[in-house]
Amino acid sequence: MEYVTIVIFAIFVNNVVLSQFLGICPFLGVSKKISTGIGMTGAVTFVMIVATLVTWLVQKLILEPFNVTFLQTISFILIIAALVQLVEIVLKKVSPPLYQALGVFLPLITTNCAILGVAILTIQKSFNLVESVVFAGATAIGFGLALVLFAGIREQLDLANVPKGMKGTPIALIVAGLLALAFMGFANLVPAP
Amino acid sequence: MNQWKNFTKGFFKENAVFVLLLGMCPTLGVTSSAINGLGMGLATTFVLVMSNLVISLIKNLIPEKVRIPAFIVVIATFVTIVEMLMQAFTPALYSSLGLFIPLIVVNCIVLGRAEAFASKNSVGSSIVDGLGMGLGFAMALTMLGSVRELLGSGKLFNFTIYPEDYGMLVFVLAPGAFIALGYMIAIIDKMKKA
Amino acid sequence: MATIESSLKNMLLTLLVITAIAGTSLGFVYKMTEAPIAAAKAKKQQEAIKMVVPPFTNNPADGVLEVTSPEGLPIRLFPAKKDGKLVGVAVETMSNKGFSGNISIMVGFKPDGTIVNYQVLDQKETPGLGTKMVTWFKTNKGNQSVLDKNPKKNNLTVSKDGGDVDAITAATISSRAFLDAVRIGYESFMKNKDKLEGGAQ
Repeated sequence: MEYVTIVIFAIFVNNVVLSQFLGICPFLGVSKKISTGIGMTGAVTFVMIVATLVTWLVQKLILEPFNVTFLQTISFILIIAALVQLVEIVLKKVSPPLYQALGVFLPLITTNCAILGVAILTIQKSFNLVESVVFAGATAIGFGLALVLFAGIREQLDLANVPKGMKGTPIALIVAGLLALAFMGFANLVPAP
Repeated sequence: MNQWKNFTKGFFKENAVFVLLLGMCPTLGVTSSAINGLGMGLATTFVLVMSNLVISLIKNLIPEKVRIPAFIVVIATFVTIVEMLMQAFTPALYSSLGLFIPLIVVNCIVLGRAEAFASKNSVGSSIVDGLGMGLGFAMALTMLGSVRELLGSGKLFNFTIYPEDYGMLVFVLAPGAFIALGYMIAIIDKMKKA
Repeated sequence: MATIESSLKNMLLTLLVITAIAGTSLGFVYKMTEAPIAAAKAKKQQEAIKMVVPPFTNNPADGVLEVTSPEGLPIRLFPAKKDGKLVGVAVETMSNKGFSGNISIMVGFKPDGTIVNYQVLDQKETPGLGTKMVTWFKTNKGNQSVLDKNPKKNNLTVSKDGGDVDAITAATISSRAFLDAVRIGYESFMKNKDKLEGGAQ
């Protein structure tokens, strides 16, 4: 039952983008079309789950026993950077068109604060290994949900009559704000895990 | 290189937040009050200046292919240092900023400047660049933080300007961050063109 | 930009050296800041204790009693004594029923259980709503304040649940969590009162 709570909490109640402000750069940058949004979500999901898994293990098996938890930031980010390199190499071989479509955004997943953020959060919330992976997966889904919803709206926005001064980023941010407002309706759907 | 231009570009022409649209996460995440915005801005400036300095110093010793991982190690080191310093000497700010302090390491501004500037310029210029971009970032964050704090809770730097009950709560919450930033970018864009 | 070629040996060497230097400098700064960090934590705790109990002459932290509440939460009881006699107990208590996570407060009781004062130590509630708990329950307005109330005589739950306390407007859940933490603190105090009265001066 606890896992259901974690999932609902991560996707709706405390959505990584709309409540926690993590992953904003790709959120604003890759959400112009739904198709790229979905591609990005796939890559982020994979990296997020594997990164959380590996960083959790590193924390519990290396950092804590040796009393060097202050090396957390540096070790976590290096693991994430390495994983993204791996994804890049694999993607280039397995699906060149997707690799091309994601373009410069692929290496940018390294600086996606959502990934480092989730890795650190699972340690802070004292999740065990399974809970951490579930949390990471659910967070990625939440990211994808926000991204796709936003992309859908933006595709429509391109056709709408937006005042000249607000075109582009400003109106996108306002829409994101409204989306965040809507998601606040999920507040306290489940208690915080 | 005109160092004055180098320094001031971070404030207006190439402001990280309003023009380059980098470092969005902390911009939205910690600006619920002016002091938080300022604190985060200064912490980021520290990391920017120090990592620009070091990277500019060792730029000729790093093989091309491991550039990014090397930069990341340097940046992460300074982020951890600032984290420990804040925990020791500014504990209240440390707990308000929370998760966003370690997240400075993935602030696109820091890696961006290292890659675009420090790896190609002298130590002196890199320091100035780091200082300018960092303080410009701090300015943007403090501005947004002030707007949100004033509109949302009637206070500014914790001084009550008008009763909290008349504040528009939404500005201190998540949606308000997006909306306030959206309007600020629109206004600043307009001012630039005028 | 780089004047060193990207051979495998060079790459590994560079990364190794950089990481080694990074690691050692971090270890150094860690050692340097260890003491100030601990001091800052202790100071915060001392100040919270001082604020919530009547004046004392001992060092409450010396006689701290750490227990676990029935709900499984870690509670710390700090006995405040004046010239050897117990004048109050500061309880570092918490509740996991907050709107956005755990709430941790330091609440001070007189030996008979009357609440002297409280200080919110940690909370992540909604700004402008749940965060009001920092001052709400000490404000002398209507039935908000819990100060000078005694859980034995007063029903310290929100009026919605039949109690005597006015909840924060539009923040019933945070209010319930706050009062839950107070209740847990009170019960832990009462259960361990004898242990706290004895012990060091």
